[in-house]
Parts: sequence; C-alpha cells; structure tokens
Amino acid sequence: MSGIPHDHYEPKTGGEKWLHSRLPIVGLLYDTIMIPTPKNLNWMWIWGIILTFCLVLQIVTGIILVMHYTPHVDLAFASVEHIMRNVNGGHFIRYLHMNGASLFFVAVYAHIFRGLYYGSYKAPREITWIIGMLIYLMMMGTAFMGYVLPWGQMSFWGATVITGLFGAIPFIGEPIQTWLLGGPAVDNATLNRFFSLHYLLPFVIAALVAVHIWAFHTTGNNNPTGVEVRRSSKADAEKDTVPFWPYFVIKDLFALAVILVVFFAIVGFMPNYLGHPDNYIEANPLVTPAHIVPEWYFLPFYAILRAFTSEVWVVQFASFVTGGIIDAKFFGVLAMFGAIAVMALAPWLDTSSVRSGKYRPMFKWWFWLLVIDFFALMWLGAMPAEEPYATFSLIASAYWFAYFLVILPLLGVIEKPLPQPETIEADFNATMAKKAGKGSAAQQPAE
Amino acid sequence: MSEIANPHDAKSRRDFIYFATASAGTVATGAAVWPLINSMNPSADVIALSVVEVDLDGVAPGTRITVKWNGKPVFIDHRTEERIAKARADDTATLPDQAHDADRAVRPEWLVVIGVCTHLGCIPLGQRGADPLGDWGGWFCPCHGSHYDTAGRIRKGPAPRNLDLPSYEFKSDTLVSIG
Repeated sequence: MSGIPHDHYEPKTGGEKWLHSRLPIVGLLYDTIMIPTPKNLNWMWIWGIILTFCLVLQIVTGIILVMHYTPHVDLAFASVEHIMRNVNGGHFIRYLHMNGASLFFVAVYAHIFRGLYYGSYKAPREITWIIGMLIYLMMMGTAFMGYVLPWGQMSFWGATVITGLFGAIPFIGEPIQTWLLGGPAVDNATLNRFFSLHYLLPFVIAALVAVHIWAFHTTGNNNPTGVEVRRSSKADAEKDTVPFWPYFVIKDLFALAVILVVFFAIVGFMPNYLGHPDNYIEANPLVTPAHIVPEWYFLPFYAILRAFTSEVWVVQFASFVTGGIIDAKFFGVLAMFGAIAVMALAPWLDTSSVRSGKYRPMFKWWFWLLVIDFFALMWLGAMPAEEPYATFSLIASAYWFAYFLVILPLLGVIEKPLPQPETIEADFNATMAKKAGKGSAAQQPAE
Repeated sequence: MSEIANPHDAKSRRDFIYFATASAGTVATGAAVWPLINSMNPSADVIALSVVEVDLDGVAPGTRITVKWNGKPVFIDHRTEERIAKARADDTATLPDQAHDADRAVRPEWLVVIGVCTHLGCIPLGQRGADPLGDWGGWFCPCHGSHYDTAGRIRKGPAPRNLDLPSYEFKSDTLVSIG
C-alpha cells in the first residue's frame, strides 16, 4: 500500500498460501502494521492512536448504553437515571461515554494543531487533511446529537438553538428547520431521529478513519522535520524509518496508558466536571435555562457564531450588498461554518514550500498566536453575550480568519525559512541520537 | 450493419444509451429517496395537534397566561388600559421591526404572541409575577438580552424580529382558538 519501499508479506506455509491466493487479508494487515514510519516522530504523533481508542471506546460503551436507554420524550430522562442507579455498573459506563467524548475532542484538537504546525496538510497529504476535516465535522454532529439524548434542559435548549441556526438560512430556512425537527419544535420526532443518527454516524466515522489511514499510508507519515523519507532504495528508506510494529505501537501504548490515568481519574472522581448541572433537570419546553452554554469543545465556534452582531460593519455591509438577505443571524452561521471551511482549505491557502513550522521563524509566532486565539475563543464562548466579551470575541474571530486567509498566503512570500536538514537520518543523528548519548546511538534499530 | 461501418454513428448511439441509463438512474434514485426524506417531515399526529382552544374566563386584566401550542409556548396577555396606551404611544417611534399595535392584537385587551425569542429561540421572561419585564414593560429574554414592549415588539438587543403572532380567532369573548 505504501509508496515507501519495504518488505512485503510472503506466505510461507501451505495454509497461508491457500488463504493468500484467495483473500490477501493477512498481507493487508501486515503491510499496514509494518509500515515504515519516520523514526523521528515526537510525542505529538500519538494522538492518532488515542483517537482510534476513543472511537472504539465510544462505540463499545454506546452499544451497551443503548441496551438500557429509551428514546422517548416521556421516558428518556428516566431511562438515563435508570442507567445511573439500577443498571449494574451503569453509572460508570455512562460516565465513560460522557467523558470519552471530551477525551475524543482533546485528542482531535491536539491532532489538528499538530498538523497545522508541522504542515501535515501540505502536498501530497491534502486528501488526508480533507478526510480528517470531514471526520471532525461528523464528530461534532455525533457529539451534538448524543448530548440531546438524556433529554435534560441543556439537551433540549441546545438542540433548539443549534437547529435554529438552520432557520437563519434565507427563504428556505424555516421548512428545513421543520424538516430537521420533524415538527414545529424540538419534540419526540427530533429525539428519535437524533438517536438513530447518533448510532449511525460513528460507523461512518470508522469508515472514514480507514480512508484517512489509507491516504497517509500511501503518502507516508509527515514528521517533525517535514522532510520526506528517501524512496530511492529500500536501504535508504530504512535509514529514515523504523517499522510501526513494534516501535511506535509500544510508544503509542505508553502514551495511551499515561492519558488513561488522567482520564480515569476524571471519570472516577469528577465525572460531571465538564458537564452542566442544568442537564440533570428534565427538559421543559416552557422554561429556558438562565445560561445556554454548549459543551466546552463547541465553545470556540459558538463564540464566532455570536461575535457577528448587527452593530459590526462587515455584517452591515453584507446586509446592504445582499439587500438584507444576509442578516446578522445568518452571517453568524456563515462565519461559524466558514471558520472550519478556511481550516479545511489550508493546503491551498498556505503558499510556503517549507512544510514544518520548525524551519519557519515568522510562521511560528503566528501559529502560537492562533493557539492562544483558539483558547481565548473557548473562554469567550462561555461568557455572557455582553461587553467587553462581545468586542473580544470579534477580535478573536477576526484573527482566526486572518490567519488562514491573509497570514498563511502572505508568509510564504515574505518569510525567509531556515535551512532544512538533508534527510530525516541526518536530523535524527544531529539531535535525538546526540541526546541519547553516543553509546546508545550505535544501538539504534534498523541502522 | 451499416452502423458499425460508421464508427461515429455507433459512438453517438452508445452515448445515447449511457445518457438514457444515467437519466433513468437519476430519476429512479430521486423517486426512491424522496419518500425517505418526506418521512422526516411532521407526521399526521404532530400536524393534528396544531389547533388548541383556550378558555380565557377568569384571566384577570393585568395577568398573563402561557399555553403550549405546536410544542411552543404562546403568551396571552390580558392587557390593562395602561399597557395598551403604552403600546399605542410607541406606534410612531423608530422600531427595529416596524409594526402598529392594532395590527398585532385583534382585540386590544388580548395580546396573543408566540413566546419564543426571535434571536435563538429562548423563552423570554415576563409571564410570572417576579419576572423582569425589560425596559419597555413587555418581556425580557435572558439569553442574549432582547427587550420586547407591551405589544411584543423588539426594542433592544440582538433579536431581528418582533415576537411572532400565531393565527388565532375568538370563538366568543372568552374562548380563543389558536392555530
């Protein structure tokens, strides 16, 4: 599968040969697991495995939860309490599922920002990046619909506000909203279809993950230097890489173990820390909670949604140009989806020929400012919609768009990159091997 | 056999078959998908619930009641003379969503509005005695600070429109049918 030259699976016994000539599945697994992987990958390359673990965790705990949950407006809330109180270990399984969603998003944000820093989105890995963005969108849809299922106050009002976004689309918005909800307001029809889709989408995500892995196994992994693995011969490739099994599997499992210590501490000792107390009040269509706040992982984009009010000149300009078709509400919706769209377009917006941020002295500053901006938006999304937060939100949203639409295209032209290492091997010997000491450098595997 | 002798002609006949197959496939897919999409539209029982009758007997002037209609709250305000006068006085003011009070209340003493903020769908406060009524004595949405006046018109805040009006008619002086 990989373009990097390496040993392929050779069936040896009669049984293996029999199977291989009929279904080369062992060969597929062998080539996937033995893929030559750049030997200089740092700790930011663990998130893929963490994400795979999260997907499996959510599917397994989810299937168990469905055995005890009832998707009906009169019974859903009570059935969640039934899981919490009566089902053997039910509270623990539910808390795993609840906090598993948070771990999933921690990992996906780390994974995305890793890609943004090391230029993993650049040619020839654009498809991997785009598939990743699709997975991220589906994750958001799945998480949003899952949050509606316990049928608490935040479930209900979160669903009302978010589906209300579709109502902002000019002309066809209201029929679309009614169609999405299956009625004039969030009700039983909505709960049932969200349940159906919440069960379906993780399997679509699993299929996309397979395509994501297929794509980057074809191009090879990016790595902290951004320099490609040599493909001139198998011997050259082996100087830059080690096989995924056992080297990176062991490293990733170690990282997973460390992360799971923190995760289980949260699940065990503070399972509701990231949730909202309002969601332990049953949904009531006639009373709005004082503060409707989305889950933490949606906050940056929620802040962008709210930032563009009718007082902002770009909004007034858009409204004027379109004859009022784009009002403040619709502009906010466009901005929120646009914030993800510009990120997906990064491969074509970034004009620099240097892949890794390590060798881009100006880029580094702008990148870290984007990370700060992301956390600032997350904080602002949780604040009430009043001054000074409204102005801060607007500035932070503007930077998000400026980074992708102005800074990335310009930097490639004006920035003078630092010299890059000739090969991964050269960089590895100059930095990592030196750190480990001369003695162990001689024992490097695959040398 | 003359068709085969003329390759150009054969190609155009092939094209026709491809085109016809693709067209038929598209139509068949659309015909198969449409019922699935349509099944997600409001079902018959949901539509059947879209008319409710409310007995207004015993709702004293100055009090407000909330009834559930179409899964949404409807605010019915038995307005006092003072509230009606206040609403009428502002008819000529500059409003974000210009509307006359007379067009918003069929009977001036009864204001019937959908109690859903036109911004992001929260339920404004003002139905219960202790609730804040906003700067214009109507309703106040706590989510993002929209103020509505005694005719349910938006006066301040991010909401783009006045509170929506349901279709309703008075069957008698004390019986209103909403929907």
